Amino acid sequence: MLHKTGIPTIEQVKDQFPEQSKLSKPKAIIECYEDIPCNPCETSCPFQAIIIGPDINQQPKVDFDKCTGCTICVTSCPGLAIIVAEVHHPHAIIKIPYEFLPRPQKGEVWHAVNRSGEIVGDANILQTLVSRRQDRTLLVSIQIDSSLVYEVITIRRKHA
Amino acid sequence: MIHTDVIIVGGGPAGLCAAYSLVKQGVSVTLFERNSKLGGQLVKQTHKFFGSEKQYAKTRGFDIAAKLIKDLEPYSAFLTIEKNATVLGIYPDKVVTVMKNEAYFKYQCKAIIVSTGAMEKVLAFEQNDLPGIYGAGAVQTLMNVYGVYPGQSIVMVGSGNIGLIVSYQLLQAGVEVKAVIEAASSIGGYKVHASKLRRLGVPILTNTTIKKAHGVDFLTGVETIQLDESWKTIPGTEKTIQCDACCISVGLAPMHQLLSMAGVHMKYIPEFGGIVPIASDTHETSYDGLFVAGDVYGIEEASSAIVEGYLSGLYVSNKLGMKSEEINSQIADFHQQLEYLRSGPFGKKTRQGLEKIKEARNVT
Amino acid sequence: MRIKEHPILELIDKEKIHFFYNGEVMYGQVGDSIAAALHASGIKVLSKSIHLERPRGFYCAIGNCSSCHMTVDGIPNVKTCITELLPGMRVEFQSGKGVLR
Ligand SMILES: Cc1cc2nc3c(=O)[nH]c(=O)nc-3n(C[C@H](O)[C@H](O)[C@H](O)COP(=O)(O)OP(=O)(O)OC[C@H]3O[C@@H](n4cnc5c(N)ncnc54)[C@H](O)[C@@H]3O)c2cc1C
Ligand code: SF4
Ligand code: SF4
Ligand code: FES
Repeated sequence: MLHKTGIPTIEQVKDQFPEQSKLSKPKAIIECYEDIPCNPCETSCPFQAIIIGPDINQQPKVDFDKCTGCTICVTSCPGLAIIVAEVHHPHAIIKIPYEFLPRPQKGEVWHAVNRSGEIVGDANILQTLVSRRQDRTLLVSIQIDSSLVYEVITIRRKHA
Repeated sequence: MIHTDVIIVGGGPAGLCAAYSLVKQGVSVTLFERNSKLGGQLVKQTHKFFGSEKQYAKTRGFDIAAKLIKDLEPYSAFLTIEKNATVLGIYPDKVVTVMKNEAYFKYQCKAIIVSTGAMEKVLAFEQNDLPGIYGAGAVQTLMNVYGVYPGQSIVMVGSGNIGLIVSYQLLQAGVEVKAVIEAASSIGGYKVHASKLRRLGVPILTNTTIKKAHGVDFLTGVETIQLDESWKTIPGTEKTIQCDACCISVGLAPMHQLLSMAGVHMKYIPEFGGIVPIASDTHETSYDGLFVAGDVYGIEEASSAIVEGYLSGLYVSNKLGMKSEEINSQIADFHQQLEYLRSGPFGKKTRQGLEKIKEARNVT
Repeated sequence: MRIKEHPILELIDKEKIHFFYNGEVMYGQVGDSIAAALHASGIKVLSKSIHLERPRGFYCAIGNCSSCHMTVDGIPNVKTCITELLPGMRVEFQSGKGVLR
């Protein structure tokens, strides 16, 4: 799948999540399924929660006990392969990197989109952040239905 | 005849970093760049780069270029940069000829570093010469350097990193990407890039190639066809996709012409993308005092071009008689960096290419 | 067409400059290459091939492929993709090998 279409399987995705109980706090979910020479996620994490090691081709592993969900890695990853997720039933909050115009604004409702590019529900925009450190990659917090937590990866603007 | 210590041909990341290693030690360098801007391929890269911090990972390409250029500023006393200056030939006794503003100049130096980068390959299909069909680099230049739309809807041919990255950049500029097509049975580039596109709704069609382009004076669409596992076309699977631009991104070939013309021992190494010099471990070619760095010595990434650049500068200073513990330890560090960059599955081609260079060295 | 806004790039409106395309006045921006200015004005066919007279647009944009040759201020075979646009330039469509005047 992934190597033919760019879409990971749901099993692959679920493997990147911690057990549900840990998701009561925000945690980094990394989808970097390949050995590539890259490690900014590891070096940007202030809590040493991501481990790659000296061979930068190794895939990153998150230590969910150390991860505070601070989102620094999300906008540092050149592959836009990291989100931060937390679940408070019946909602989930995910924080995603976003590099398109127009920029979403707090209070708007956008489409929630899955890894195949399909619309799967609504995304309430809770916050958008852009600081110098993020280098023009926006960080968007969205609220979705908690049943969609393994599905939603990005957002798309609704046509007026 | 104008004299200088070292001449560098090409102001991409490799050339800029080579210059840095040299001017830092007080060696006079003249760098020629045929473009009006320094930075090579980096100036049109709007995405954040991979690699590790030492190669400026997570910095956007054009910002890396700006940084490398700025690093050279304190050493301007040792550095002459000639832009809009094309090196035309390299002759015996390290004579280099240059064309600038329709005028012709002759230089002589003690060592030369060639870092001319690469050019894009073309693909054979019916009507592949129609206007509206561009190389991926051209599309990038047009939109990211000049801020001009290459078209409104586009089909990307090739799913290597360049094809995937340029597709993403097209979407950022507001161009519709109808599909990325790939002849092989799997995506060529990093899957993180592929996933980034796919979630935006762009289909990536593997086992698919372009059969012909439609249009009389200008592109109106492309006809795709599916391939079986042995790369044979499957009749009846033709599909027409309407578009007003088509982008060809099927790989790069080293820009070897200056080296070939100078009589350097060359070899066709498919893993390196084409004809490359058979260079020594210190990046020196069969022409005494002529060194190479970056894509011209095998297609890789900017990260390795940067490291190779720094390294070749150090090798040249060795060659010019400058030796020190510090230089040695820097060389060791850069070697280690290259090793890490090349040790994964995506570095396999480079490792194989380097093996072939070694073998070729033993023959000649 | 020019890109008006971009999430990453800062596109600043640069000073307009005029040039002539086949005698007609057109406008580009300071810093444009000739080919980029033409493209922005919708002119994408730049020349005709030497033997079969097939239309040619630009292909590589770095001065390698010779697909963008035009006659500029009377000089044929100018690589318009890497030649900077200057005010008042006379740019002409080129058929075949071009004529030296
Ligand atoms: C679309 C795209 C995306 C990429 N993405 C990444 C990425 O994410 N990460 C990564 O690490 N790498 C990436 N790369 C690769 C990277 O940009 C190149 O590997 C790198 O630029 C090679 O550096 P270089 O200095 O060898 O050559 P170049 O950058 O090509 O520079 C060569 C320079 O030499 C000049 N020149 C050539 N001939 C002459 C002559 N005769 N006289 C004077 N000057 C001359 C050219 O004008 C040019 O400026 C990407 C490349 C492309 C095209
Ligand atoms: S969210 Fe913060 S703490 Fe968690 S892995 Fe990322 S950078 Fe580290
Ligand atoms: S920074 Fe992103 S792409 Fe790079 S290794 Fe980490 S998760 Fe993967
Ligand atoms: S487009 Fe290739 S030389 Fe101008």
